[in-house]
Amino acid sequence: MESKQLYVSTSPFLKDKDTTPKIMFTVVYTLIPVLAVSFYFFGLSAILITAVAIFSCMITEWFFNRDKPITSSLKDGSALITGMLLALTLPPGFPLWMVFVGGVVSIGMGKMIWGGLGQNVFNPALVGRGFLQAAFPTAITTWSPPDGRFFGLRGTNLAFPFYQGKSVDAISSATPLSKMKFDHQFESISNLLLGNIGGSLGETCGLILILCGAYLLYKKIINWRIVASIILTVMLFSGIFYLIDPTVYPSPIFMILSGGLLLGTVYMATDLVTSPLTPKGCWIYGIGIGLLVVLIRLWGGLPEGMMYAILLMNAATPLINRFAKIRTYGH
Amino acid sequence: MSAANGHTTATMTFKHGVHPEEFKELSADCAIERMPFVKEYTLPLGQHIGAPSKPIVKKGDKVQRGQKIANAGGFVSVALHSPVDGTVKDITLMPHPNGTLQQAISIIADPFSSQLLKLPPVANPEQIDAKTFVSMVQDAGIVGMGGAAFPAHVKFALPEGKNCKYLMLNGCECEPFLTADHRIMVEHAEEIIDGIRILNRFLGAKKTYIAIEANKPDAITILNDLANKSGLPIEVCPLKVKYPQGAEKMMITAILGKEVPSGKLPLDLEIVVSNVGTIASISDLFRKSKPLIERVVTVTGTAIKRPSNVLVPIGTPMRDVMNLCGGITDASARILLGGPMMGAVQKDLDAPVLKGTSGILVLTKNEVSDLDEYNCIRCSRCVDACPIYLNPSLLGMLAKKGLWDEMAENNIMDCFECASCSFVCPSAIPLVQSFRVGKGMLREKWGREKEKA
Repeated sequence: MESKQLYVSTSPFLKDKDTTPKIMFTVVYTLIPVLAVSFYFFGLSAILITAVAIFSCMITEWFFNRDKPITSSLKDGSALITGMLLALTLPPGFPLWMVFVGGVVSIGMGKMIWGGLGQNVFNPALVGRGFLQAAFPTAITTWSPPDGRFFGLRGTNLAFPFYQGKSVDAISSATPLSKMKFDHQFESISNLLLGNIGGSLGETCGLILILCGAYLLYKKIINWRIVASIILTVMLFSGIFYLIDPTVYPSPIFMILSGGLLLGTVYMATDLVTSPLTPKGCWIYGIGIGLLVVLIRLWGGLPEGMMYAILLMNAATPLINRFAKIRTYGH
Repeated sequence: MSAANGHTTATMTFKHGVHPEEFKELSADCAIERMPFVKEYTLPLGQHIGAPSKPIVKKGDKVQRGQKIANAGGFVSVALHSPVDGTVKDITLMPHPNGTLQQAISIIADPFSSQLLKLPPVANPEQIDAKTFVSMVQDAGIVGMGGAAFPAHVKFALPEGKNCKYLMLNGCECEPFLTADHRIMVEHAEEIIDGIRILNRFLGAKKTYIAIEANKPDAITILNDLANKSGLPIEVCPLKVKYPQGAEKMMITAILGKEVPSGKLPLDLEIVVSNVGTIASISDLFRKSKPLIERVVTVTGTAIKRPSNVLVPIGTPMRDVMNLCGGITDASARILLGGPMMGAVQKDLDAPVLKGTSGILVLTKNEVSDLDEYNCIRCSRCVDACPIYLNPSLLGMLAKKGLWDEMAENNIMDCFECASCSFVCPSAIPLVQSFRVGKGMLREKWGREKEKA
């Protein structure tokens, strides 16, 4: 005991078990079933898109941190999540080279130029998706439906870089939202839940998103206030119009289950980095997303509005943080 | 919090806070044992908040156990007493648990003394006035024994125009590992009730609350029974097990639902708060003529061989106390005084147990392993943990950039350094550590500005 070396540091000496990599990897684990479902419906196309998206996100992350050991920037798992999420927002027939570009933009412009992990204002995956939407509007709105052929690769996937590729698939379909918007046809709730419909890789199967979201809520990794405020606002706001004219306006349940609303609510709006800090701020943020998504879907030029709703509220987050302060105890 | 693990259910609490693992089972059932007298004692003159005590003995003087060896150095200061019969070895700079060298009186114990307390009886508390009571408490060296060591008499001296409506006894002991207050409540419940009786003669509180976290059901039962029998208006309040429930402000909010305004004292809400051990030592003073010369210390941690609760004479070197408890294992990595959330790390085992030392804690390398720090991911866990609703995430970023004034604008001075933010931070950002620096910088800056003006 006499010769024992004593080390000095400051309290506290106890630490909660959750760490940033642990939180990130919990999200990664819940994304695996969502990806598995998309593999089931969209086969090899989905697998290739996911692989390319993850690869391009991780290699971009490494490129910006290439002066550090390879593990230091990749081990927190955030680039992996961005890659997975980007893949889930893309249509199954999307050319792989565009996926790669999307991944580079996601990490490069969505995250690294802001200062890396935790510093970005916008959700990186949605920055990449937004870029792709602006750059390749046709490719990103060409939906090929689940065709039951697991190895039936969609021809457009392998389009040569800088070419769009020509769809060799006989059938091309619309998403439930575009059918609603342009034809006033509403997909059945059971199809929306089970996912046997056209759409992006990760948005078609409502059931798996609800289950994974419930798990993340239970683990307190995502903020229940954001989830609740988006769902309630969408239901309420779209419900009013549904009551006015059910033949023109979709039902609130349809609104929740269609398009990227669930995917965006569970995995993107709740992104820790780009959502507000305080409880009050979370409510404002969620209500804002809910209002915007209904506005865009019902009256905007696009059938889908989740991406822009989230990106716009991301932009408002620093402002919300500034104004939605919590009162200090005793003040 | 189910009945299965012995906790009574309690719902009273404050908002936010954290739930660290408790580790109380290591020593919760160990009855208080007495520390044998050792060869040498070190009594720093500054072991309380306020002015250091002024020595009234000199090198070579013979002293008796319980004899006063230093007077209070001002109103916010207390006297100091010899814990043993012995001889003053020196008055010089000695290691202090805060890591520095401080003026201290060292005493060599008389190996042939019986160490019996031979002090004349003190005045009957029924026959003295409040002023005499306050000066007697000061003269007995009694300080808050929860950890801060704030002179107790200062709280008991009600300024003109101030009333005390509620007396609150703090028996929460929310720091993990510590069980000293728990054992005092179980084994010295009579003294606590008696201390309340004496104190309330002078404070005149209409109601006395004893706040105990629900993980101490035996203490709750014993004090409840005694309180009922005493016929005094005492209510035992079981509080939810949550850190930092034992912080003065959090306890008041849990019981009365009121907030102490920023910069004000509990007394502004007509509340006087005191630790249970402090109240027991008031009973000791009047019934046994015993000044504050020893205290209960929890010696615990996964790296101590025999975790125990020990009645230690003030001034005993930590090394001796740990040796009594079987010494430390090879796995030990950090030795600290106090609990794991707010305690202070020790570099010198010759530093003594002070009046405010509630525990000696020895942690292993596994428990203190330094985690990699990541960027803040704004998960807001610190915001949800902070018991006084600060925004530690923002404050941490300001501290990193040295923006002290901006930290002050965001109420950093209200922070009482409970460390809940650092505890929950998944990115292992040293939040509270940087807040201590920030607060220090602000105090220094404001001090300089004051000097100039």
